[in-house]
Amino acid sequence: MSHLLEVRHVTKKFGGLTANSDISFNVNENEILSVIGPNGAGKSTLFKMISSFLPTTAGEVLFKGERISNLKPHVVARKGVVRTFQETTIFKSMTVRESIIVAQHLRARASLAGYFWGTKTAHEDVDSFGQYADDLIEFLGMTEIANEQASNLPQGNLRALGIAIGLATDPKVLLLDEPFAGMNHDETMKMVNLVRKVRDDRGVTVLLVEHDMPAVMNISDRIVVLNFGEMIAEGTPAEIQNNEKVIEAYLGSADDEIGI
Amino acid sequence: MPKLSTIQWAGLAFFLLAIFVAVPGFIAASGRSDLYYTLTSVALLSIASAGVWLTFYIGRINIGQGAFALIGAYVSAILVTKAGMSFWLSLPLAGLFAAGVAVLIGLPILRLRGVYFAMISLVLTQVVTLTALALPITNGAKGITSIPLPGGVSILGLTLIPDFATLENPRLAFYYSACVLMVLTFAAMYRLVNSRLGHLCRSMQQNEELASSIGVNISYIRIIIFAISSFLGGIGGAMFGSIAQSVYPSSFQVADSVNFMLNCFLGGLGYVFGPMLGTLVLYFGWDLLFELGRFQLLAYSSLLIILMLFLPNGLLSLRLPGKKGDDK
Ligand SMILES: Nc1ncnc2c1ncn2[C@@H]1O[C@H](COP(=O)(O)OP(=O)(O)O)[C@@H](O)[C@H]1O
Ligand SMILES: [Mg+2]
Repeated sequence: MSHLLEVRHVTKKFGGLTANSDISFNVNENEILSVIGPNGAGKSTLFKMISSFLPTTAGEVLFKGERISNLKPHVVARKGVVRTFQETTIFKSMTVRESIIVAQHLRARASLAGYFWGTKTAHEDVDSFGQYADDLIEFLGMTEIANEQASNLPQGNLRALGIAIGLATDPKVLLLDEPFAGMNHDETMKMVNLVRKVRDDRGVTVLLVEHDMPAVMNISDRIVVLNFGEMIAEGTPAEIQNNEKVIEAYLGSADDEIGI
Repeated sequence: MPKLSTIQWAGLAFFLLAIFVAVPGFIAASGRSDLYYTLTSVALLSIASAGVWLTFYIGRINIGQGAFALIGAYVSAILVTKAGMSFWLSLPLAGLFAAGVAVLIGLPILRLRGVYFAMISLVLTQVVTLTALALPITNGAKGITSIPLPGGVSILGLTLIPDFATLENPRLAFYYSACVLMVLTFAAMYRLVNSRLGHLCRSMQQNEELASSIGVNISYIRIIIFAISSFLGGIGGAMFGSIAQSVYPSSFQVADSVNFMLNCFLGGLGYVFGPMLGTLVLYFGWDLLFELGRFQLLAYSSLLIILMLFLPNGLLSLRLPGKKGDDK
């Protein structure tokens, strides 16, 4: 199998602090790969470099053999690599359906002027956006809240909306930063199934940062472990659970549990 | 794409009748032809304010529209007086020139957000004033005077616009021209806001990072919007110069830029037609307070502060409950 995404010797320094130090790994097509590690290990920083929200200090990220690091976020999104945010990030005064429609920007065929004048292509686009939104809303099980304004939704739904916005771009690779944060067990299991369905039914490759170890072990094909900016392990969930260095890192940080 | 409801069609018809038939009728009956100048000014200022409103729509507080109005006024005046161009051709060129300047200035400054952008934009008017004072082509402090009235436009012998100099009442002609421009501007604004570009602006206003994560080229959209905004400023300014038949470095000042912004606040940032109402109310409000003499500015500012405290979403939010927001 060819590598869809290649992280090559990526380093990020913030002044004196090295948030990522010489990280290298590959992601295969149709894989769910999790990046785990204690708080401050550099997971979010890594995701931001993959999506070009931050420039790398050294190293590069390749998507289908093409460099996608150190570009602009919208250019990387256009190529099909889209991130969600660790903090709840949504369009507050749009409804769920409106958010999903606006997020289909990359599927637009008409020009901005075309929409202004209302060309035939623009009309077709608008119909197709609505259709696609309805399909996606059904796929995500969000039918009941489709016309709710985002600012009125409870926290659990907002996370799902964040993912829905990312999915609406029809990505090849979706980077999810702590998508299960703040969810109870049942909500997490629902989301785990959803993420798996996104991979299975839509062919999206998923990169995931998550602290919920049972969920990570359940969902991941492979896991990459970071600690203090260093990559200390890479492997299947079973390999990671038995890895000395990983156990030590997690025991060392006292309160986190690897959940073996 | 938005379709207008019956009520909206009726409202539009009523509005067009009011400005094109009722107002001239009233003025003819009452003999208050000074009102033409006032209402023409309101129409033109509301066009420039519409531009400012659009920059608010991408989350930028624009206190620099006076700069672009001044640029537009000079470009048109120079083209008409020095190159002998028809005013009606110079009008779009003035807008385009202002838009071009906006692209050059916008590239560096549109990255700034919040108060930083606002402060930089506040300086622009002064910069253009000083430039106009310094350049030979703008004739320094003496400005450009004796600009001829707009000439006629005819195609194949059919007169589309008569020569204003031959008219008995050029004020009425200016009033009609300004109203037509205003109606076109706000129709285009309505269309823009409800088209894809408008949706992208809303997404940027609410969260620029999220917008770029879904593939929106936010710096490109910002430039486009700022250019459209400045185009409207340039058009408004050019028409003003033509009515006054003169342009001076002080024709548009920092205070005008502030007023353009206040017009938007007052009318309501959530409503496309907000700048129109805001401009009307603020223009007449200022005149009404004239009686207060030296307390005029104090009363004016206090009233504005009170209004913004109690009506943060502008005058247009004062409407029948249940109809909120669908006037977009
Ligand atoms: N923009 C930034 N400027 C300076 N330091 C940062 C910045 N972003 C993250 N850091 C630091 O980099 C380290 C890794 O952060 P982060 O990637 O957010 O960790 P994680 O997501 O694994 O919890 C932390 O020590 C954090 O304080
Ligand atoms: Mg993080």
